Amino acid sequence: MPLAPAITDIEQLKAHPAIARLLSWNPSAVQGVKFDRDEMSIYVERSAIREACSLLRDDPACPFNFFSDVTCVDRYPSEPRFEVVYHLLSIPQKERVRLKVRLAGDAPSLESITSVWPAANFFEREVFDLFGIRFTGHPFLRRIQMPENWEGHPLRKDYPVEGYR
Amino acid sequence: MAHLSAIPQLEPGQDRTMILNMGPQHPSTHGVLRVILEIDGETILRIMPDIGYLHTGIEKTCEAKFYQQVVPMTDRIDYLCPLTNNLCYCLAVEKLLGLEIPPKAQWIRVLLNELTRINSHLVWLGTHALDIGAMTVFLYCFREREDILRLFEAISGQRMMTSYFRIGGLALPPPLDFFDRVRNFANRFPSKVDEYEDLLTSNPIWTMRTKGVARISAEDAMALGASGPTLRGSGVDFDLRRDMPYSSYDKFKFKVPVAQEGDVYARYLCRVQELRESIGIVQQALDGMPSGPIKADAPKVVLPDREKMKTQMEAMIYHFKIITEGFSVPEGEVYQAVESPRGEMGYYVVSDGTAKPYRVHMRSACLANLQLLPAMCEGRLIADVVAAIGSIDIVLGEIDR
Repeated sequence: MPLAPAITDIEQLKAHPAIARLLSWNPSAVQGVKFDRDEMSIYVERSAIREACSLLRDDPACPFNFFSDVTCVDRYPSEPRFEVVYHLLSIPQKERVRLKVRLAGDAPSLESITSVWPAANFFEREVFDLFGIRFTGHPFLRRIQMPENWEGHPLRKDYPVEGYR
Repeated sequence: MAHLSAIPQLEPGQDRTMILNMGPQHPSTHGVLRVILEIDGETILRIMPDIGYLHTGIEKTCEAKFYQQVVPMTDRIDYLCPLTNNLCYCLAVEKLLGLEIPPKAQWIRVLLNELTRINSHLVWLGTHALDIGAMTVFLYCFREREDILRLFEAISGQRMMTSYFRIGGLALPPPLDFFDRVRNFANRFPSKVDEYEDLLTSNPIWTMRTKGVARISAEDAMALGASGPTLRGSGVDFDLRRDMPYSSYDKFKFKVPVAQEGDVYARYLCRVQELRESIGIVQQALDGMPSGPIKADAPKVVLPDREKMKTQMEAMIYHFKIITEGFSVPEGEVYQAVESPRGEMGYYVVSDGTAKPYRVHMRSACLANLQLLPAMCEGRLIADVVAAIGSIDIVLGEIDR
């Protein structure tokens, strides 16, 4: 089964419910789209992420009412260094969508979506702990996996797999 | 791990409340969960789960290994459902590669996954009942679990850390009498479920400890990210096996048990019904088992058979290449979710085109389910915390990774 090439043309994909909803709200919030291996990714502008999540959750046609996951990918040494990745699921429509926010490497911060989905609480804490990304507006942004006095953020690519300390 | 300064420090005598630590070595926390309680007498005012005692950095380790070397890592995440984790990771990488898996391999994967679900639910039922005070169920459950572990040992050589699935199929063909042994177990098992239910379902002590306890509404459960039986116990009818099928689950007929009450008893009923449905899927898999190969036809990814390696030059070269330098996976990213015994287990795998994954992230169902604990317990009694923790069925290895 050969892989189909990824589609990145927004004109071809704007029928997708999540993209249509975001474009009708604020076209400048959508920086790019990618449809690859049957999965839809939407690059969202950094300042728009909380409102984008809230819109998608309350979309009457295709409510993305279940928050699956938030994590991060470190693209070190290229810039923008971090990609924060959100996975949303629509239980009524059985549809998934991935939202991505690109963040620059120095003092990365982003608005928390815990006010939209309380479920993001532990997941954002984990991203903060392991990648050092600050979520503004998070109710309790503290390390969750590593000890409180740990230095560094282990899942960053410039953090060694072994031989630290 | 939260620091002590995160807890409000109260002056003695200043207030009626006190701070109580449960865990990390408390027997009813199923591992190393620490729960910080603020209590007024026996009533819980606030509750905060504290995790991270079992953090081993598996996600980081995966980035330093070849794709095929990650499979044994995934076992170690959750000791109760290693095969579910194997499956989820293999499906994600197969999706990245665009590999087609032969039907027989898919059916054996389904069969083993349902046995894993039964195994996991048996440990849950036994320990949950033990926490609440019903000792006998524990012994009964571990009796049947032993049978399943023997089946796993027969097929993979390991009782718990099975690592039986490979990217592109299965590790080995099952032994000749394996399906007969599974059928033997599947025929016996429904009467054993009756035994558990005889002990618990209408037992007045059990119902008093579980009915109406740790209740959570469907809206709260959804908002807090619950999935699996924890979500279905609150009346949300969603199961990834039926609604977003993978690995040919769409060819099986089964019911998804749902209960409306959202309390500990409802979650208990859902899981016990799932035991019966799972054994039904196992029966269907045995009856309709297709024939054919158990590995995909992809010599650059799948290790050749031992016989071919000894007689064919190409097979030997491919074997050498896969073992020494791995196989490269086309650039891209994939999020694959499966219905684990605890809920939505997801693997997010990012490839940069090399032989090692650029990033592997596990979406832990337990981590999300654990966030329900404050909503379930606040305003209730300390004894109910034990019932609530048992009813969300957590495995700390998966939470901390």
